[in-house]
Amino acid sequence: MASQPRPRAPRRAAVLGGNRIPFARANGPYAKASNQDMLTAAVDGLVARFGLAGERLGEVVAGAVLKHSRDFNLTRETVLGTRLDPRTPAYDVQQACGTGLEAAILVANKIALGQIDAGIAGGVDSASDAPIAVSEGLRQTMLAANRAKTPAQRAKALAGLRPGHFVPSVPENLEPRTGLSMGEHMALTAAQWGVIREAQDELAAASHRNLASAWDRGFFDDLVTPYLGVTKDTNLRPDSTVEKLSTLKPVFGRGEGATMTAGNSTPLTDGASAVLLASEEWAAEHRLTPLAWLVDAETAAVDYVHGDEGLLMAPVYAVPRLLARNGLTLQDFDLYEIHEAFAATVLTTLKAWEDPDFCRERLGLDAPLGAIDRARLNVNGSSLAAGHPFAATGGRIVASLAKQLKDNGGGRGLISICAAGGQGVVAILEA
Amino acid sequence: MSDFLSTLIGSPVAKRVGVPQPTRLRRYEPGTPLCDSPVLVAGEGRFAASLSESLRAAGLVTVGSVEEAIDTIGAVVLDLSSATDPEDLDALRVLGAPAVKRLRTNGRVVVIGTDPATLTDVTEVATQRALEGVVRSLGKELRRGATANLVLARGDASAGAWSAVGFFLSGRSAYVDGQVVRVDAGAGVDDDPVKPLDGRVAVVTGAARGIGADIARVLARDGATVVAVDVPSAGDALARVANEVGGTALQLDVTAPDTGTRIVEHAVSRHGGLDIVVHNAGITRDKLFVNMDEARWSSVIDVNLRSILRMNEALLGEGALSEGGRIVCVASIAGIAGNRGQTNYGASKAGVIGLVTALADQVRDRGITVNAVAPGFIETEMTARIPFATREIGRRMNSLQQGGKPKDVAEAIAWLSQPGAAAVTGQVLRVCGQSLLGA
Repeated sequence: MASQPRPRAPRRAAVLGGNRIPFARANGPYAKASNQDMLTAAVDGLVARFGLAGERLGEVVAGAVLKHSRDFNLTRETVLGTRLDPRTPAYDVQQACGTGLEAAILVANKIALGQIDAGIAGGVDSASDAPIAVSEGLRQTMLAANRAKTPAQRAKALAGLRPGHFVPSVPENLEPRTGLSMGEHMALTAAQWGVIREAQDELAAASHRNLASAWDRGFFDDLVTPYLGVTKDTNLRPDSTVEKLSTLKPVFGRGEGATMTAGNSTPLTDGASAVLLASEEWAAEHRLTPLAWLVDAETAAVDYVHGDEGLLMAPVYAVPRLLARNGLTLQDFDLYEIHEAFAATVLTTLKAWEDPDFCRERLGLDAPLGAIDRARLNVNGSSLAAGHPFAATGGRIVASLAKQLKDNGGGRGLISICAAGGQGVVAILEA
Repeated sequence: MSDFLSTLIGSPVAKRVGVPQPTRLRRYEPGTPLCDSPVLVAGEGRFAASLSESLRAAGLVTVGSVEEAIDTIGAVVLDLSSATDPEDLDALRVLGAPAVKRLRTNGRVVVIGTDPATLTDVTEVATQRALEGVVRSLGKELRRGATANLVLARGDASAGAWSAVGFFLSGRSAYVDGQVVRVDAGAGVDDDPVKPLDGRVAVVTGAARGIGADIARVLARDGATVVAVDVPSAGDALARVANEVGGTALQLDVTAPDTGTRIVEHAVSRHGGLDIVVHNAGITRDKLFVNMDEARWSSVIDVNLRSILRMNEALLGEGALSEGGRIVCVASIAGIAGNRGQTNYGASKAGVIGLVTALADQVRDRGITVNAVAPGFIETEMTARIPFATREIGRRMNSLQQGGKPKDVAEAIAWLSQPGAAAVTGQVLRVCGQSLLGA
């Protein structure tokens, strides 16, 4: 009798390191770089750092939020342009701003299950090289003309063209179901939670201060590879202060309660990132030392359409589920990486976890998750300072947190990323 | 404009109107013979027999006299190591002149002598020293890419002589002319002549572009695993080089205090050891001496000299550079001859030469060799920025009447890195086409 293959126990997935290109404000130095160009640069930098030229990896997983239709196979096309073995398979994912972290989770899960031994997770976005499409009217007319079988039918279809059809369709930062921009959504939530302007400006200033100090001490020497002559994140303002930030006019929200400015909201950004993950055995075979382990992850979504919850509140729901599954409290972490979509996002998230009523009614918890030590939050800066090329943010955070945990000699870190569509992706790293 | 002039001066039109056109130098390609046959091996010295044997083992045809050769001659090896009296020198003329007359394009003349420093008798010292004068003059007479070089033996061991003679005969030494290399009793063997650096781990600083990038390429071609080091701001070019050679990129500033330790840590943890270090990173900040400011002075000294001294402490520490390891520094003819506007740079590069000489003695018992190469006019992005006329003069003021390529410097470094070059240490090898500067 043939023996049954035994189910394999899941194994740990290591974060071995990362690479990104410096992030640049939109319509700046990367204005003419495509998503594929930038992702290729990020992956090739990673390949160089880890000596992976010619290596066949299990999988490369990446994505972009703003994507041209021609880039349907973006990640695979990217792999073919890198120094990796062209026999490395790849696929695209898209979960809005959660894309990069979701890609890392997917790679880690396949490693954990023994389906692959090593892979790269990445993300890229260009707000400059944005896809511009023909209008829906023109598209429908052209498709009708294409379906026509006789010249008469074709002429009839084309006769339906109207001048308005020639206005191109430009991607907008709007939630399709509410017509509100992400900033407008956040402004509603911020007002609801009473997040004040000063607290937002303080958080923004801290982000710039922390990122600047990380650059100064060489923290990014093995996390970033220059691109197109850019050697540092261009949005970084090392001399940013609460006083300077307080002079900016609000851009989201209305009237007295408007607190969100260009200074405490992330700018449109271009950039790409990539993270190398592997099994313990693969790392050892390649003489690589794991920086941290991707322990567990959780996603959540909220019903923001019907006004039940704020658009960017999903991580607030994901984290307690993740903590419960891992038998942890919110205070059991040495470092916290809460993506700064807006300063108000981070502050609302923290307020919600401290609020007994919210935690009881919405999260179903007996007691609030409580406060965190703010000195452990975004210690090397986050999106307010670095900028936020949507799908590239996850990779930036995973690699930086893993390295910081390693530098600390070990510890546990929490990642929380909010995403469009009322979604949230959160994860735990341990070193 | 200057690019246009460069094109013009190398064009067929220029050739027809009599502008001298440089010979296309024979450069090393793996798997090709050391040089053209036949090779005339002559002279009464103690190495002639073993060299003939090695040449034949390498697949070359050797002849003992010019009459034996039917047509032209590929190379001439003259062993004068036993010459003790000035009258013995005439053998050079008698044996060599007819052969040199029939020397092929890109031919070679290699003379072997005894290092005068190992001799005491005044007549013998004078006789052996005379060889240098012959070779340096002959280098200036030879045309069509041919070179003349001198190997001075410090004893009777033949391994070192063979390694040096092999280098001078081969296309690896395309831009090395009129030079002297001393070989001692150090013995090593290149197991695989096509991949002499197989299994070795090499670190190259300043590897992102120019000469450094070609050093990485040539070391990798010869079998080494390359760790390419450069400043973080050059990281994109560095990544391209590292990926091209299948090595790893390490973004580091050589002036940082912990750079040596980090290099060792990277090489040992990622590649299992460290065998070859090429200190290539360097900068220029030219200014006349009277106008030299503190920043220009100290940055050049710090990057080009201090960093090497500091890194070497870690590189030569416990568990770092292996027994039989190699250190090669990139000096410059500016460190030998000096250069207007380069008191800082000249200081740093002359300092490197001092460092190499002194350190070689200290690590000799560990089988580690320490050498420098001193490039002359090399065609790089840096020299391409020199104004046309100045550049054309710099380019042509040497016996080969042309600029060298970054690869030529890299080939010399790759040779000094070979296990077989164990007998060469504490030396400065100029890769300058026998430049008139610092001659």
